[in-house]
Amino acid sequence: MTEPLLEVRDLEVAFGATAAVRGASLSLNAGDRVAIVGQSGSGKSTTAHAIIGLLPGSGRVTGGSIRWRGEELAHAGEKRLRRLRGREVGLVPQDPMSNLNPVARVGRQVAETLVAHRMCPRREAWARAVELLGQAGIPEPARRARQYPHEFSGGMRQRVLIAIGLACRPDLLIADEPTSALDVTVQRQILDHLEKLTRDLGTALLFVTHDLGLAADRADRVVVMSEGRVVETGPARDVLNAPQEPYTKRLVAAAPSLTGPMHESEPASDVVLEVSHVVKDYRVRGRGGTLRAVDDVSFTVGHGRTTAIVGESGSGKTTTAHLILGLAEATSGTIQLDGAEVAGLRGAKLRAARRAMQPVFQDPYASLDPMWTVERIVTEPLRTFGDGDRASRRRHVAELLDQVALPAALAQRYPNELSGGQRQRVAIARALALRPSLVVCDEPVSALDVLVQDQILGLLSSLQEELGLSYLFISHDLAVVRSLAHEVLVMRAGRVVEQGPVGQVLSAPADDYTRQLLAAVPGAATFMQ
Amino acid sequence: MVRYLFHRLWQSVVTLVLASIVVFIGVRALPGDPAIAMAGEEADPAAVEAVRQQLGLDQPLPVQYFKFVGHALSGDFGKSVRTGTPVSEMIGATLPVTVQLAVFAMLVAVIVGMLAGVVAAVFRGRWPEWGANGFSLLALSVPTFWLGILAVLYLSVQLRWFPASGYVSPFQHPLRGIYYLALPAIILGLTHAAVVQRQTRSSMVETLTADFVRTARAKGLGRGAVIFRFGLRNSLIVVTTIVGLQLGGLIAGAVVTERIFSLPGIGKLTLDSVFTRDYPVIQAVVLVITTAYIVINLLVDFLYTVIDPRMRISGRAR
Amino acid sequence: MTIAAETPAPSARVHGRVGRRLLRNPLGVIGGALLLIVLVAGVFAPLLAPYAPTEVHFQTPFQQPGTVGFALGTDDLGRDILSRVLYGTRASLEVGALSVVFAVIVGVPLGLLSGYWRPLDALISRLADLMLAFPFLILAVGLAAINGGGLANAAIALGIAQIPAMTRVVRADTLRLKETDFVLAAHTMHAGARRILGQHVLPNAASAIIVQATVIMPVAVIGEAVLSFLGLGIQPPAPSLGIMLSDAQQYLFRTPWPGIFPGVALALICLGFNLFGDALRDALDPKSTR
Repeated sequence: MTEPLLEVRDLEVAFGATAAVRGASLSLNAGDRVAIVGQSGSGKSTTAHAIIGLLPGSGRVTGGSIRWRGEELAHAGEKRLRRLRGREVGLVPQDPMSNLNPVARVGRQVAETLVAHRMCPRREAWARAVELLGQAGIPEPARRARQYPHEFSGGMRQRVLIAIGLACRPDLLIADEPTSALDVTVQRQILDHLEKLTRDLGTALLFVTHDLGLAADRADRVVVMSEGRVVETGPARDVLNAPQEPYTKRLVAAAPSLTGPMHESEPASDVVLEVSHVVKDYRVRGRGGTLRAVDDVSFTVGHGRTTAIVGESGSGKTTTAHLILGLAEATSGTIQLDGAEVAGLRGAKLRAARRAMQPVFQDPYASLDPMWTVERIVTEPLRTFGDGDRASRRRHVAELLDQVALPAALAQRYPNELSGGQRQRVAIARALALRPSLVVCDEPVSALDVLVQDQILGLLSSLQEELGLSYLFISHDLAVVRSLAHEVLVMRAGRVVEQGPVGQVLSAPADDYTRQLLAAVPGAATFMQ
Repeated sequence: MVRYLFHRLWQSVVTLVLASIVVFIGVRALPGDPAIAMAGEEADPAAVEAVRQQLGLDQPLPVQYFKFVGHALSGDFGKSVRTGTPVSEMIGATLPVTVQLAVFAMLVAVIVGMLAGVVAAVFRGRWPEWGANGFSLLALSVPTFWLGILAVLYLSVQLRWFPASGYVSPFQHPLRGIYYLALPAIILGLTHAAVVQRQTRSSMVETLTADFVRTARAKGLGRGAVIFRFGLRNSLIVVTTIVGLQLGGLIAGAVVTERIFSLPGIGKLTLDSVFTRDYPVIQAVVLVITTAYIVINLLVDFLYTVIDPRMRISGRAR
Repeated sequence: MTIAAETPAPSARVHGRVGRRLLRNPLGVIGGALLLIVLVAGVFAPLLAPYAPTEVHFQTPFQQPGTVGFALGTDDLGRDILSRVLYGTRASLEVGALSVVFAVIVGVPLGLLSGYWRPLDALISRLADLMLAFPFLILAVGLAAINGGGLANAAIALGIAQIPAMTRVVRADTLRLKETDFVLAAHTMHAGARRILGQHVLPNAASAIIVQATVIMPVAVIGEAVLSFLGLGIQPPAPSLGIMLSDAQQYLFRTPWPGIFPGVALALICLGFNLFGDALRDALDPKSTR
């Protein structure tokens, strides 16, 4: 048997005194595709970065070995690593927005790699870079190579980064969450392309991701990491369909999937929110034109029901939520809450309407004022609406925290002393304080790890049963919506392309775009089997 | 981008007009009647009235303002009340000295400051960083005019390394001119060097820890290449703006430096005119200084669009 | 229901953490100690000074430091330098504090307004540009020409000069904060501008304002010294470090000491504020942890 291309054994990495990786092992042969899966803080990215000796800040390898074709790299010198990086091991980093130098032409950034490793004469580097950009799927590469990163979309930038990563035809490409910042349909195109390129070149792939489904789709073998340790390793299908370790089992169970029960599609008895023919135009700065962000959208939210709006970035889903919450004014159309018109309201009437609906936003780190205690945050709506006195509000806090399964002792803490899931619970408690008839949830779980995400979705659904809440649920993820929604709208570029009961839209989609979205859900193929 | 440039130009014109109004009103608010001052305390009312008419002070304020601006645009700032020399001549004689001083000081500030900033950013957490940071901390804390006084005493008078005072035009005697300006320029430049050091350091640290720099290292680029190609270019953008904004402080500093080193610059002219209440001179000097400030900051903004490609398209960035 | 599989919440309090980080930074501790000394010297100058600052002793001019009765020596009129330095420090701190107060009172509301309401932004930005076009010395020159010199005028000129920077700092924070989700959430509770600015934006901008104040202080202290040195600030015989330097310059060849101590005092005041301000900024900024 030949020597493995890469063999990591009992790797330990620490940042100062804090251990980040505590004994991780994995091995990879030429042409292999291996995925490291884990939640944030599992040490998956740190392991990947340790391989090319690019640990951030005070990170140090404190134990174990990294063997590259039998050569020890764990404590290799900078000179050796510089030859390794880019030439033997390529990297496709996570965030396409921050990983390109904003003040250098894109072509030059590709050419730099070639020149650094003397892959071709300096004079030919530009022409070769243009060629590489073309191979990475960038149209008109000769023209676009002269442009700067800010002139590229996120997906196109990621293609540039792929061109850079593969420029010197490395033996191994490390892809660190290469598409988690992108829309699912773009993600799919790019990963398909990456797969094709690496197959053609015979490059091995080490794929780092938080998404078990994605890992199963794209890799032959999966390494599951948690708290710096490897929990389970095995062929992708086996790990996903028959996980052995309790942690992996929980992870698989919590992953939002396209199987499992859905809500029955019987019509709601009464309607809480009725949106009809809503349009929102924005003036485009400087050019005098207008941009139609929301185009003739109509739907209802039934009492005790959930209506979900699903769409990718730029679909107008968040704008729709803002129109309903009165954060922006609709250009035309009507929005009725409990039978009363809310669009275009001002003063006392708007105040009354706002009482009846409350939001939960995406980022639990940004939606709570860091200077306030949990108690003050949760009672903010009560104070702005002048409800109750100090004592009654304090009693109310305990009750609300209990409803979202948080200990009452948390009331005097500050948001940055809480975990992401706890923060989102606080945000939900705040939304419940006024007993609103409608809660508008704008991507409430997309910033959370999958296990926490599952808990929050469970909480939302049990609160709905207990309190008879109605939700408008905005998400980019069809799988997340599946377990919670009664009705689903699919939006694209401001228009509703398909809407109906969840069973119908997800099981028998009528529109092409809905089918694309469904097909792009990571792990769809694997889970279906 | 052209739109942006026009917008900036328009903004600057508005600021200039506002500044000229402030100067005009400010001078009118000075105590004492300039007509009496010119005619002399004992002059009879008729003579004072004659002077008043001659100066145009009997006309309504808006008329006076437009005349003032009209004259100023043609370079006519009137005559000094004290000496009777045309103010434009006085400014013409003193301005070059101050400009030379400011340019040399800025050079010192940029060269010393950027060097110290780069050193601090590259050797983070090691002794060169402490040295460079210590330098900027001291340069910010020690009043430079005090340093100037001590420098004159020890370096010029006792050690005779530098001339203690005086001015020689670098255009007539290049070496002697620079020799005479060297000490004042170094003293004046130190504070600004500290500011440049801090900005260079923080922008380089920010750049060197940015994601795209790690990606560049992952391509196989060396540390040195990354520092020069990425760090320096990005911090140059920051330093360019600082230079423009520092100008106000530099002018203030020049007034003091000129006083300590007895340089015949515009700062000295300003002080002399304030103490003698020579109002046409005050008015002209303040107008010249504010105009210079506004124009140079406009130029810096234009330069900015050349250095930063993001600005070329959108006209706004950062 | 259990809340599992999440990173343990850090137990420290935000507010306590800033203090602890400050104490862990040796430079911050040195700066804080310096500030304490300087503040005590300034505030208790009347108690600490052996003589009145203007009291002349014509029999004993130009005493060396260490002379009995005149710890730091005397100047050309036989005035006690220690007393004058103490009172001068007091005057420096007064001017510094006044200009900070001035810059905060004018600059913070302007920053909040221009950050929150777009139409006001253009107007206030032009105003700030205008103010920046008049360097503080020119402003002081103008004010001195109109009203004569003096501590109050110096403080006003220095304060005005610092308004644009303060406005910019607060504006930037307001722009950032008004887009945050917690302000958006407050909007959906029908909170008005006053509530949002007063309860959300201002408390969150407070740290930036405090840091900016520590930046203004040394600039104003040196500014006062410069103005007084030029004869545009505090008027003799009132004590000021700048005036002492200006006086000392004339007889520096006879004895350098009267020109050394006021400068050292100025440097210590500014060093204290700069060190403490830097440490405070590092402690307040969670990103700056190394």
